Order: sequence, then structure tokens, then C-alpha cells
Amino acid sequence: MSSRLPVLPLLPILDAARAPEVPLSALDTVWFQLTGTVCNIACRHCFISCGPEERRVPMMDAAQVRRFLDEAERLGARDYYFTGGEPMMHPDFWPLVDDTLARGPLTVLTNGLYLDGDAAARARRAFDRARYSFDLRVSLDGMSADENDPVRGKGTFHRIVDGLRALAAVGLSPAITVVEHRAGLAAADARAAFFDFARSLGLAQPRLKFLPLLRIGREPTRTAGYSDSDVAALADLTLTPEAQEAIVCSSSRLVTAHGVMTCPILLDAPGAALADTLAGALGPIRLRWSACKTCVVEGLTCRT
Amino acid sequence: MPHLKPAIHAVIGGVYNNWLALEATLDDARRRGCTDVWCLGDLGGFGPHPDRVFPILRDRGVVVMQGNYDHSIGHDLADCGCGYTDPRDNHYAQLSYDYTRARTSPSWHPWLRALPPSLRATWGGRRVLAAHGSPRRVNEFLWESTSPDAFLARMMTAHECDLLLVTHTGIPWQRRLADGRLVVNVGAIGRPANDGRREVWYAVVTERESGGLDAELVPVAYDWQRLAAAMRSENLPPEFVATIETGWWTTCLEILPPKERLAGKY
Repeated sequence: MSSRLPVLPLLPILDAARAPEVPLSALDTVWFQLTGTVCNIACRHCFISCGPEERRVPMMDAAQVRRFLDEAERLGARDYYFTGGEPMMHPDFWPLVDDTLARGPLTVLTNGLYLDGDAAARARRAFDRARYSFDLRVSLDGMSADENDPVRGKGTFHRIVDGLRALAAVGLSPAITVVEHRAGLAAADARAAFFDFARSLGLAQPRLKFLPLLRIGREPTRTAGYSDSDVAALADLTLTPEAQEAIVCSSSRLVTAHGVMTCPILLDAPGAALADTLAGALGPIRLRWSACKTCVVEGLTCRT
Repeated sequence: MPHLKPAIHAVIGGVYNNWLALEATLDDARRRGCTDVWCLGDLGGFGPHPDRVFPILRDRGVVVMQGNYDHSIGHDLADCGCGYTDPRDNHYAQLSYDYTRARTSPSWHPWLRALPPSLRATWGGRRVLAAHGSPRRVNEFLWESTSPDAFLARMMTAHECDLLLVTHTGIPWQRRLADGRLVVNVGAIGRPANDGRREVWYAVVTERESGGLDAELVPVAYDWQRLAAAMRSENLPPEFVATIETGWWTTCLEILPPKERLAGKY
């Protein structure tokens, strides 16, 4: 029997005419959906429903990644992100890290499960060799297995913590990403405790990024999707210049095996594919999707 | 015909109330024969006695432009607009801003408000643009490890310059692009550069006799013990004093990219 969890399609919730429009101020950030929806785990709150059996969006091949890197550099991009799925599952992961770091700073979003001693040593070499910053962002959804494992999967807490210790051992300090999958996780005292916890793993310069929940993908089956009032918050909204500047789609695009998309959140949305090239995907974006509320109203940014 | 010596320009940024480092830097620039001094803004913050730097800048003929701090203080805004995103960074930034705002005489507000947002000139036949953070945003951080060549080239083409001078980050660096254009982050003279040294940094730009420009990043020693004592007597956070005394940043660290962060102690 397949253990595959149901995939809920992401549908537009606003007519284009009522949806706020965000022009691209500049293509600063290029995201690579390196492994598509392919992941070694299937988190219960995954906003794009990734997992071992999820091949809706396949891995990018290395030549395709390099073509987009060339184009991004020609367009004067400022920084790059690898995401998935689990980007470290890509067979050409490390050569692609080096190729990207030759052009600009790179952040890899990983679940940390592939970070053994060898990988940590390899990451340190990439960090030292590159002129630009190489950053790792490791997801961990609690300070104990009891907090983390119900969301990220049985046994993952101890494996992620081992990965963080491996990075600490080579002197790297990744950013730990914590999703607020239950109330209070990002409160001031909880943040302070999380810093202490990160330090206890040997991370000399602990860094944390708290992310609000995205109520799409698998999350509605764990808790609940967006409500009518969430949607109402988006309709007919006029964005301030500051809000427009902060929102990811005003300065970045996502490239995938299926072409260029708006952002990492709208991976599955029908009609969210913009073009086959970055140059063809520089037009304004309509905030038509319920998830856009999380960026606009709650200030989510996928950037570190 | 008399031989004209090529001009030398001093460019400073991030004064952060540090009147002692400001005087030492201007003395250093004079000794080097600098013909003019540009200041790229952020006169306040971090250090003690904000009103002391304004008369020095005015009386010594420094060409001053506006940073985010000067804009905020001049308009009496509630925060510095530094562009930090982490609550830990914002906590210390706010302590620093509240102190500077409370102790800056309102008589300086019109002067701060009237400072230009950028400076332009032609030096050595090259188009020079000075911006506080970046040419497109006053509080954009241009760090060495997160500013790729292609990105800098795109921005310099859009803003029509051959030499781009910026500050805002507090850590100096320079890079010449393959086509000869030059980017210089002049650093800050208000606090050390997170390098374990107590000196502060500024830039000296020299015009070549044959045309073109070269930049040198210059450390300046000043009476840091006196500054630390003044900070203590003003009850500024001990973390700030420790930075002056050790050369390592202790606050507002979350904004640092991984390479710059790992080069520091905290």
C-alpha cells in the first residue's frame, strides 16, 4: 500500500482584476527547485507536498541548472538559493554548488539528513574556496523529538541534530529554520531557549529563522487551510512601497524542471509557470493565491 | 609648465558619533595631501555625544551626504531605518537610535534634512557616484561576500558611474571589475571593522596621472580609551564599549553574511 499523502491543488482565489499587482523591481534572487518535489521525507506541513514518491516536479538536470545560471548572471543576479525537495539528493549537488558559488552567494535549504561528517567537510571546503558566501539553512521544528518528529517524521530530530553537530565540528554555523507549527514557538522566551539549544550543539554563532505556517500543500490536512477572512485580507489591497519591496516576487523568480515560476510557494499552482527563460519571466505578478496572504500580511520572506 | 600633482580624495562613512575618530581621520587625510573629504552619511548612532561631530564636519569643510540615520534623526522618526530584519539586531539598533535622537539638538535637524542623498563628481576623467547603502536604496547592505561582479556591473551601468563609493555595512572592501570599473565600500570611522583591531577605516582615492582611479583602504588609530570612557559615563550598553575596546562586533550580528560573520569573533 502506498503511503503517499493526498496532494491538494493550489487554486487561484481572486480574479486577476481584484488581485494586487507586484512589478519586478530587479531580478536580484534566483531560486533553483533543484530536486523538484523529490524529498527523502514527507513533512506534515510541507507547503508543496514533497516526498519520496512525489515526482510531480522532477529534478532539474545539471545542464539545465547551468543554463539558468548563465542567464541569471547575464541579467546581473545578486544571489542564488537551492531548494527542493531535498537539494542534497541531487546527483550533481556539489559540482553545482561550486559552479554557483563562482558567480555569487548561495544558500542551500536542506532538511539536514544528508549532513554527515563527509558532507560537512565538503561544505567547509566550498565555503573556504569561494569568494562569495555559502550558507546552509537547516530545518528543525523543535528542540526535542516530541516537538519535531510529529511534523518532520519519526527519528528525524536526532538525525538533524547530528547534522548540525557535524557542521559545528567543521566550524560552520548554519541558519536553523523553525516553522511555527504550533502557537508560541516563536515567542521571545522560546526564541531565547532555541538560541541556547543551538549553542549546546556546538554552534559558535547560532542563527535562527522563524517562518510562519503556509496553510497550503499538506498543512490543511494537518490543521486547516486559509479561511475566507484570510482571502478577504488580500482582495483590493494596496501595497505600500515598503511592502512591495519586501515581498519575494518583487525581486526574485524560481526556476524548475518545468520552467520559470513566480516563487517557491507557487510551485504547483496552475498558471503559475511564467516562461521558459528568466528573461521571459520579468513581468508583474498578480497576488491571486491564498498563500500570498502569508507574505503580504504576515511578512513571510523565504530569504534568509 | 608646472607639473600638476594628481588629486587625492578622502572618503569616509559611518561616523556614529565618534568625534575622536573623525578628528583623527581628517588629520590623517590632511597629512596624505587629500584635496577634499567626502562623508557618505550615518553621522549618529553607537557612540556618545552626537552633537560633537556636526561642527567638526562643517568647520573642516567636509562634503557630507545623507545616510539613513541622518534622514531619521533630521525628520525625528521613531527608528533609524537601518534595514535590520532580526529582532536581536533591532533591539540594539533601537537603544542606539533612542540615545542619539534624545541627545541631538533639534537645531541640527534642518541641516541633517537638507543633506543630499548622493554625490557625483568626475575624478581622473571617471564618473564618480557616492551612495550611502547602494545607488538604489539608502539602507541596502553591499557586503563583499554577497555582491557579485555581475550584480555590481548591472547597478553601475544603471546608475552611470565608473567608481561607486558606498558605506552602511561598516566593513571596508574594494573590487575592480574586469572592465576596470571600481567599487569601494569605504567602511566606517565610528567603530572598528569586526577584525579584532581597534583602528577604524576609510578610503583614499587617487587620480592617476594617465587618467583613471585607484583606491586604498586606510586604517586610522585614535584615542579609543577616551571614547570608551565617554561611552561608559553616558551609560551606553557595555556591549558597544566592548566593540570599541576589542575590535570585535558584539551586536547587530544577524545581518552579517556567513563569510563576514565567520571572520568575526561572535
